[in-house]
Amino acid sequence: MTPPRTRALVLVVAVAVLAALPAFGITIPGLFDGPLGSPGTLNLLALCFVFGALALTYDLVFGFVGLLSFGHALYFALGAYVTAMLLARAHLPLPEALAITAVLALIVPCALGAVCLRVSGIPFAMVTLAFAEAGSILVLQNPYGLTGGEEGLPLDGSMLPAAFVGVVNTRNLYWLALVLLIVTYAVAYLAVNSPPGRVWQAIRENERRVEVIGLNPYLFKLGAFVLSAFLASAAGVVYLLLQGGANPGIASANFTLALLVMVVLGGVGTLWGAVLGGVAYEYLDFRLVALANAGVVQTLPAVLRVPLSEPLFILGALFVALVLFLPGGLGAALQRLGRPRRTANE
Amino acid sequence: MLLFVTGLGLGALYFLIAAGLSLIWGLMRVLNFAHASFFTVAAYLAWSASQHVPADAPGLRLIVSLAVGTAVGGAFAALTEIALIRPLYARPTGQILVTVGLALAALALVQGSYGSDPLQVTLPDALTKTTSLAGAAIPNSRLLVIGAATAVLGLLVFFLRKTRYGLIVRAGVENREMVTALGIDVQGAFTLVFVIGGMAAGLAGVLAGAYDGSIDPARGTAILIFAFIVVVIGGLGSVTGSAAAAVLVGELQQFLNFYAAAGVGDFAVVLLLAAVLLIRPGGFGGARA
Amino acid sequence: MERPVLLEVRDLHVAFGESQILHGVSLDVRAGGITALLGRNGAGKTTTLRGLLGLVPRTGSVKLAGDELARLPAHLVIRAGIGYVPENRDVFGSLTVAENLRLAERPGATLRYAYVYELFPELRERAGQRAGTLSGGQQQMVALARAFLNAENRLMLVDEPTKGLSPLMVKRVADALRAAAAVTTVLLVEQNLSVASAVATDAIVIDQGRVTFTGRVADLIADRELARRHLGISGGAAH
Repeated sequence: MTPPRTRALVLVVAVAVLAALPAFGITIPGLFDGPLGSPGTLNLLALCFVFGALALTYDLVFGFVGLLSFGHALYFALGAYVTAMLLARAHLPLPEALAITAVLALIVPCALGAVCLRVSGIPFAMVTLAFAEAGSILVLQNPYGLTGGEEGLPLDGSMLPAAFVGVVNTRNLYWLALVLLIVTYAVAYLAVNSPPGRVWQAIRENERRVEVIGLNPYLFKLGAFVLSAFLASAAGVVYLLLQGGANPGIASANFTLALLVMVVLGGVGTLWGAVLGGVAYEYLDFRLVALANAGVVQTLPAVLRVPLSEPLFILGALFVALVLFLPGGLGAALQRLGRPRRTANE
Repeated sequence: MLLFVTGLGLGALYFLIAAGLSLIWGLMRVLNFAHASFFTVAAYLAWSASQHVPADAPGLRLIVSLAVGTAVGGAFAALTEIALIRPLYARPTGQILVTVGLALAALALVQGSYGSDPLQVTLPDALTKTTSLAGAAIPNSRLLVIGAATAVLGLLVFFLRKTRYGLIVRAGVENREMVTALGIDVQGAFTLVFVIGGMAAGLAGVLAGAYDGSIDPARGTAILIFAFIVVVIGGLGSVTGSAAAAVLVGELQQFLNFYAAAGVGDFAVVLLLAAVLLIRPGGFGGARA
Repeated sequence: MERPVLLEVRDLHVAFGESQILHGVSLDVRAGGITALLGRNGAGKTTTLRGLLGLVPRTGSVKLAGDELARLPAHLVIRAGIGYVPENRDVFGSLTVAENLRLAERPGATLRYAYVYELFPELRERAGQRAGTLSGGQQQMVALARAFLNAENRLMLVDEPTKGLSPLMVKRVADALRAAAAVTTVLLVEQNLSVASAVATDAIVIDQGRVTFTGRVADLIADRELARRHLGISGGAAH
């Protein structure tokens, strides 16, 4: 069993390497289009970090507490859209916009969670799906022209500090995303290993037993719900900055399902597994499109070419295979390769 | 009046999908996200089949579409149940997840093969015309959908009330284990219920094409969510409940979308679901959740 | 003259998650008559029934008239000729009485409707009534009738049929069980010792997932020491 000190060391080294990445000029053909330090690659990596963080927040609520929420994407979209709207429509400077977004990112999940958590299991999944769908409809309907409807809402660069605007500053955004990932991971790790965190896992195992001890599962579930939603909103804000705008796709039911795929892909209930899942998903989503347009795939007969050109098909099929054959996800598979099985303290 | 019938038409589509979902959910406790895929894949394959029929015989095209759509829906559902659902009998969460994966993959496949833009459906003349009912001009396509849904409702009720397998399904929705304890193989009922659901969904896919005048990949998922709402409001495992709820939801949506603003109806229905779930997690009528 | 062994259970183990419920239960049930399965609350009596049917995952051997059933899925175990009357009756409330009975019909079996209606005339009167609206006693009749219906049933597993019933109903259930014993074999789980001793000849006691006594009911009741040790009561008293 790798002692904690070694693991911490590995983690620090990894972070240092990632942080220094923009300085590297080396090219890894096949994996990335340009040299590692190029804006394109940095952008992709940054997106991967964001999705890793997002998957992490979903793992908190699904993997650790056992709440099958089909509406998590709503909070990610909330972060992106609210900030975008405040910048573009209300013309607020970034700090103010962030503050308001943060407040909303606490109030909304609190309210919705309080309502949704009155039921559990499949009814819970359905209510969360319903609210997420309501949010999606709200975004698409473009009330008063606020949300930009189907076309999305571009980021108003004039309200941002110069450091975040322009292709030249992609590395700043890259570092921002990295910081997001690290902070999210740290918060999640601390939360899961704290006394409330243990209660969460107890709730996942057997809620009745928790009640019997005298604790109120409802409050703990709500706490986890709000925390993960808040973190998801934070990820949404970074996403907004990276992408240069918000799009209605992130509010769709499809996207929450994609979140589910990410977490299961990486391993439910293991923090780093979720990060892995998020990173892998976004990377594959990006690269598979490029791969599909590559010469090799184009020469394949249509029967093979069409499925391979659709990243979601491969992901969906992979997901199905995973559920059938590898229930622990990639995380469990990697763990089995040599290291003894860890408990859910990661 | 036109609004009322259009709402009925919408409700009819919802019912076709919800009925299958309700039985699957009630009997097998599986939340079948792939149901939208049955709908979409059937619609597209039916469309492709109909393209082989000369364009000057739109009536024949329609018939071919309906037949192919229903058959494809049923076949796809059977395959799904046998290959994906059955092996995961011991893992209910896994079963839901696998339907999610299948839904994503199937949708992507359809988009890759046919593109994301809507495809035109040619309707026979009779359907493009309208009939006069109580002073309003009702498009015949709506009447077709309503008629088909009513027929399916009748067939399902007959099946459930009068046949042995229907009896097994009704009992199984209430208490799956006791059915096994009577020496009955529930597994067969599972596949049957999936096939019925798939056929209804496939039929709905083709009919939605007639209703909208075109088919597109996103229609299935959009309808699915409303179908879920209908299932919950109508009660798990209750076909008649789904019918009533479908009408309710369809009408509510139509009227609010018209009188308030586009989208308000959709919004309201979603909130209705939340309200129902919080008051009565089991929905109204039918077996427990 | 020894009656032949009809049901032979060997080394039945049942676990739920981390807890082991049955620790290798082995028992014989002789053909004909009623064998009582006794024990304290939570001893594992119901689990033994469910385990041998295969309704819960288990390991061990279950032989009915020499045929090994343990490899079969639950519904085939039951098809081999077992009628099950579960602890909570488990009648289908949304179905009518007649439908409940019809569901219990086995394809190709000889159906004893006349016999069932003779035992429980109320069922014929209330054939069209939804089972959910019946009283507890009437539901018990439906549950018993389901097991009686197929003449080919060689074994009936009956779990606490008198629970929550009025004394009049208890007597009727006891009479029905005696009638059953005349044509088939019954393994009866009962907490009510007076019923058990009135209808059963043999007794098996389960305690904490193990068989602790096999013998005649009369012997168990008569020996106060034995009764106290195995059942935790002073012989003859109902639960």
